[in-house]
Amino acid sequence: MSKLHVTSIINGEPVEFLCEPHESLLDALRNAVGLTGTKEGCATGDCGACSVILGGRLVPSCLVLAAEAEGQTVTTIEGIADGERLHPLQQKFLEHAALQCGVCTPGFIVAAKALLDANPNPTEGETRYWLAGNLCRCTGYDKIIRAVLDAAAEKHPKVSA
Amino acid sequence: MSTRTFEHVGTRPIRHDGVDKVTGRAAYGADVSLPGMLHGAVLRSPHAHARIVSIDTSAAARLPGVKAVITGADIPPNSAKLMLGGEAALDLHDMGDNLLAHDKALYHGHAIAAVAATSLDIAREALARIEVVYEPLPPITSVDAAMADGAALLHDKYKRNIANRMEFKRGDADKAFADADVVVDREFRTPMVHQGYIEPHACLARTGEDGRAVVWCTTQGPFVVRDASAAILGMDPAHIKVIPTEIGGGFGGKIVVYLEPLAIVLSRKTNRPVKMVMSRDEVFRATGPTSGSKVRVKLGATRDGALVAARVSLWYEAGAYKGSPAGAGAMCAIAPYKIPNFFIEAHDVVVNKPKVAAYRAPGSPIAMFATESAIDDVARQLGMDPIEIRMKNAAAEGDQASYGPKYGPIGFKQVLEAAKNSAHWKSPRQANLGRGFACGFWFNAGMSSSATVTLNPDGSAAVVTGNPDIGGTRAAQALMVAEELGIPVERVRPIVADTDSAGHSDVTGGSRVCYATGMAVIRAAEDVRDQLRARAAKIWNVDIADVGWERGKAVPLNGAAKDQQPLTVVQIAAQMPHTGGPVVGRAAVNPPMAGPGFGAHICDLEVDKETGRSTVVRYTAVQDVGKAVHPSYVEGQMQGGVAQGIGWALNEEYVFDANGVMENAGFLDYRMPVASDLPMIETVIVEVPNPLHPYGVRGVGETPIVPPLAAVANAMRDATGVRFTELPLSPPRVLRGLTAD
Amino acid sequence: MTAVAIVHLPSGWTRFTDGIDEIAIDAPRVRELFVALAERFPALGEQLDQIAVAIDGHIYHHARYEPLRSDSDVYLLPPVAGG
Repeated sequence: MSKLHVTSIINGEPVEFLCEPHESLLDALRNAVGLTGTKEGCATGDCGACSVILGGRLVPSCLVLAAEAEGQTVTTIEGIADGERLHPLQQKFLEHAALQCGVCTPGFIVAAKALLDANPNPTEGETRYWLAGNLCRCTGYDKIIRAVLDAAAEKHPKVSA
Repeated sequence: MSTRTFEHVGTRPIRHDGVDKVTGRAAYGADVSLPGMLHGAVLRSPHAHARIVSIDTSAAARLPGVKAVITGADIPPNSAKLMLGGEAALDLHDMGDNLLAHDKALYHGHAIAAVAATSLDIAREALARIEVVYEPLPPITSVDAAMADGAALLHDKYKRNIANRMEFKRGDADKAFADADVVVDREFRTPMVHQGYIEPHACLARTGEDGRAVVWCTTQGPFVVRDASAAILGMDPAHIKVIPTEIGGGFGGKIVVYLEPLAIVLSRKTNRPVKMVMSRDEVFRATGPTSGSKVRVKLGATRDGALVAARVSLWYEAGAYKGSPAGAGAMCAIAPYKIPNFFIEAHDVVVNKPKVAAYRAPGSPIAMFATESAIDDVARQLGMDPIEIRMKNAAAEGDQASYGPKYGPIGFKQVLEAAKNSAHWKSPRQANLGRGFACGFWFNAGMSSSATVTLNPDGSAAVVTGNPDIGGTRAAQALMVAEELGIPVERVRPIVADTDSAGHSDVTGGSRVCYATGMAVIRAAEDVRDQLRARAAKIWNVDIADVGWERGKAVPLNGAAKDQQPLTVVQIAAQMPHTGGPVVGRAAVNPPMAGPGFGAHICDLEVDKETGRSTVVRYTAVQDVGKAVHPSYVEGQMQGGVAQGIGWALNEEYVFDANGVMENAGFLDYRMPVASDLPMIETVIVEVPNPLHPYGVRGVGETPIVPPLAAVANAMRDATGVRFTELPLSPPRVLRGLTAD
Repeated sequence: MTAVAIVHLPSGWTRFTDGIDEIAIDAPRVRELFVALAERFPALGEQLDQIAVAIDGHIYHHARYEPLRSDSDVYLLPPVAGG
């Protein structure tokens, strides 16, 4: 069987790539498209290291067929920064030391961006439950949660009435 | 040393590799590729215990796209031993047999053959075409089954499957028990658990026509990869270059090699680069989790709370080959306390499970889960506060450790005081929560490290070591160089180099990078400083004895050159060609292991008595780290260890079926803590300087995983009145325990 | 220079040392100490290859040429490092 030809908008740029019919979006991004920032931790949708935003929706790209990206927008970790300017989430992760080995960080930042897009001022509890699909083995999550809440506060400072 | 004020050490700069890591640019093991590369895959045993009768790879080799197939016959049998600075000399015969089985499959998942093909799909298809004839044997899946009369033997040389036994003793424990007022005697069990690093093992090997190999891999020890691969394959280590990629977690599990020698052989046979990446399933089944265990603890105390006798018997699963951390467990079990009479025995028991590897303070969490739970029971029987009883028995400088030598300056009492004075301990106990307290201990490995510091013409500096950065050690090293040279930390570039470019360093692990490699970094920076003084002397035309150093500047002393202004690093660097050429500082160290770190944790636990589900509501970790070079990463190490310990206590376990097959080899059912399981984790850093290190550093990384097991179990006891002695305290077990009486 | 250090052997070694777990040995360095132990207790064999040496509280994984003094307190221990 020959490969499928997929056209997608990845991180704001039109991209064409070839993939096997059964190939995951994760594998296509990492191999055919060459974006290795998104990671495989489990390939069963349990660890969140492969998180990307597909058509505006946070998905585990290991459970999405590459072919499903046809005609869709895809945002990966490589598309989070705005040119040379880090996204506030990226900046806060650095300031709060919210990473140690860093392999889960791309997934967390993409997932956190999806959170703040949907809920600009989440509580600690809402943040923890949203990010419950992202595993981190190094940090115990404390500094990650602080970084996300701080990024939210910076983007949308709470104004008292 | 303890009175030195620091300008950079103790601050919290952004880590130098941070931007790459938050943008996805940093390259981890599976992120490296080469043109023309092949993909490797491993065939694994479907039996937990079996004789391998025959392997026929011909059908696999014929599959289009398959370029090479190898079996144990391609790994030469090896009986030499190699001391690799881990728990014990790693036996190359065992390691080679683990890489690809020879006569027996010893666990479900044991590697039997490997394939290199033009795609991963083809490689996996090829595995299905390899025909292996097995003669299944009875699988042994617990220490009790292993030691039972008539049990099948994994290796004929180990009677009753006991590969090793160790003892530590002092005084007369039996007599002291007879004289004790209170005796607690319990048996504890812990399951096999995995380090749980999010990044699976991965490597890319490329051998050339000259037989030399370059290996990119995710590892805690590039020199271990080189030396172990060379020894196992009969290659000259000088012909292997290992380039460590970034590493996505290790915790001890990425010290042993599983893929690299296979990739080297496959690359040699195909004359193409070969990439091998483990799946999560393979990581669980075929890397190195830590031991399941059975531990008996008997403690005796007098009415005033003095612990007078201890008897600890440890049985640790080694997995398929000898070498569990039972000895380390024996050394840690009562290490924080002065108990005059004790008998501690440790047994290394082989079972049909993957060969265990180091997991963060290897052996200590298991042993101290038992002893810290038992101490809690002793305190309860005496009506004593859990911190007070430990304070009464606390070891201090000059006391003889339970494993023999006298302690130098240690901070256990200070840690207990800090815990007692913590906001958490002082906060009122809530009626529906249980509060548990427990302590932990781990050594602080020394061993070999090298460092070079080079100065650039603009006065910036690079520091090069051979230690992969798992948790922020690049940032710590940059702080050390900044401190010694008096330059901004942003102008220091910390680099992790390959085995050809860096001097030898032992592993990133053992809580040793900030201590030992840091010591080398500081000495190399001091070397640079001495050279800068010599350069200033040349510029001023004075003797070097007349040149001092003050906060980043060479200053004239003793009236010589008295009309000269101090020279900054930038100024001296600009003149390097005129004053003797480049400035390169270097150092190599091999410090002893000394200055262990003690921890004490407090856990508030809510137990739902209807579902058996527990929630950690509040948690505080106190630890003596000697000196926190970058406090954010010190806190992070403490919090991460706490999370792993809580997972070990509450939910994590390898579940095996009757055939020795792991039933939960994925993150859904191997349940590690997620963000919604945990509260913020409070940290209290105590600093009792380690006299061996210029800044007083003690390693921080490992101790924090030790106390949580007993802290959670003690909180459970407080919340429910039931003493649980078997982990994990998962809902089904808790419910059974609550309804048992 | 003679140095007679007190050497504490692992309790588990008593099966190789006729029950002796503490011995005074005249040796200027760890290397000579190990040679003396191997001569005194031939059954020790390869045990000596897999041991760490604590000298006055400092534990060395590679101790061969470390000096010993008359009042050195020496313990032979399992080589533990970590993970």
